[in-house]
Amino acid sequence: MMRAGRFRYHVASTVADAAAALADGGPHARLLAGGTDLIPNMKRRQDTPDLLVSLRHVGELRGISVNGETAIHAGTSLDDIVKSAAIRAVHPALHRAASQIASPLIRNTATLGGNLCVDTRCNYYNQTFEWRKSIGFCLRGPVPDGICWVAPSGRRCWATASSDSAPALIALGARLTLLSREGERDIPLEELYADDGACPLTKRADEIVTSIRIPSRVVRSTYWKLRRRGSIDFPALGVAAAIRPGPHGVIEDARIVLGAVASHPLLVPESQLLIGRTLTDNVIEEFAEGAARHARPLDNTDFAMTWRKSVARSFLSGALRELRGDDPSTFPLLARETALRNGWRFE
Amino acid sequence: MDKVRLALRVNGEPVDLAIAPNRTLLEVLREDLALTGTKHGCELGECGACAVLLDTRPVLSCLVLALECEGADVVTVEGLAQDARLDPLQEAFSDCGATQCGYCTPGFLITAKALLDERPQATRAEIAEALSGNLCRCTGYIQIFEAVEQAARRISDE
Repeated sequence: MMRAGRFRYHVASTVADAAAALADGGPHARLLAGGTDLIPNMKRRQDTPDLLVSLRHVGELRGISVNGETAIHAGTSLDDIVKSAAIRAVHPALHRAASQIASPLIRNTATLGGNLCVDTRCNYYNQTFEWRKSIGFCLRGPVPDGICWVAPSGRRCWATASSDSAPALIALGARLTLLSREGERDIPLEELYADDGACPLTKRADEIVTSIRIPSRVVRSTYWKLRRRGSIDFPALGVAAAIRPGPHGVIEDARIVLGAVASHPLLVPESQLLIGRTLTDNVIEEFAEGAARHARPLDNTDFAMTWRKSVARSFLSGALRELRGDDPSTFPLLARETALRNGWRFE
Repeated sequence: MDKVRLALRVNGEPVDLAIAPNRTLLEVLREDLALTGTKHGCELGECGACAVLLDTRPVLSCLVLALECEGADVVTVEGLAQDARLDPLQEAFSDCGATQCGYCTPGFLITAKALLDERPQATRAEIAEALSGNLCRCTGYIQIFEAVEQAARRISDE
């Protein structure tokens, strides 16, 4: 039996109470929401907090409201998001991403805020303490002089951003509210992420993600996920796409985001080049080729990295074709299966 | 590590005990309450063997701290049978050969129980989706899906 280390446990009654407990707890205090990422990390000693602040009884952190703008409190379970008819109708990218996170059993406890803050992953890091010790600890510790087993000559961590909901919500233009004892601040979701596998979030340790807001602009959106099995697995690649078509199919806004190919969700800069154009075959293929260049998968998760890169191009193209209204049965094999699996399961 | 008092209901019975904060619900069920029907599989949320109902929702007891269950209602596989009568799901699993080595079976039963309580007429696709976090290395799943369908028919016939 792998047991978590020792820690103190505080049950927060309100968000303000949780913020105060976090601030008083110092750098080794952690929030416990669903716990489906934190508890395994504690069992494997990737995280050794000395205080857990439980949010289980903080009712104000749960709930979804879709009234023009969509607001989702960060403690809402992923299952509640999957079952929300409003989210499914208005934000298909989020519905599809949430539907494909882990397994139904995990989605019953895991929260949206937790998935946005899910730790980065690496084949050399997501192992037991003894396994990591036996090959020599990597630069994520717990000793200070480790090396990166993926890129041994470098001094940075290349662990992979592994959230499914983050690319979808960034594509949808979501903003995030962070609360601490000092007050609240509001940031675009993409600014939550630093391009650093070992320290993937820009938020301070004493800040709590309290809510996620998605603007009401009418967009078409989707999320495509690559993983070995149809359930449980973290993404080996995620492609989120949201476009706002205007008259005659001319694109008025576009945000395309790649997940699991870098240490942060990657908002493709060329998304802007789609504005003012229509999604012809040429436009889609040119965009997919350019956008896929940003995908720099490393040999630290499932599947061969060169193949994942080639799938990025295929998924980028497939996601845009889907948003254009194409029949998925005309897609190449893997794209077809992915699109049909989305449709078969979730439509 | 100071122990903390925990009060909850397990299979309808009130339980009151003092535990260290790092104990998971799975550990407390198996080690303190001797309810060893709930299985200890991967310990990391990847296999489904430890599923229990927590306030009617199926969750992985290996990832839930026991203290998080204060005041909650927990149902384990031992709580499915009513007196001497097996749950229709248990009967159907037996009749359909939906269990071989049996290690995954309690997790499947609990997860399927939650599904049929919520959707008594669940389709094959809904059954497959609901059970997609439970791994079975013996049966190939088909007998499990058939057993859940048979249990659903029996429940609706009653």
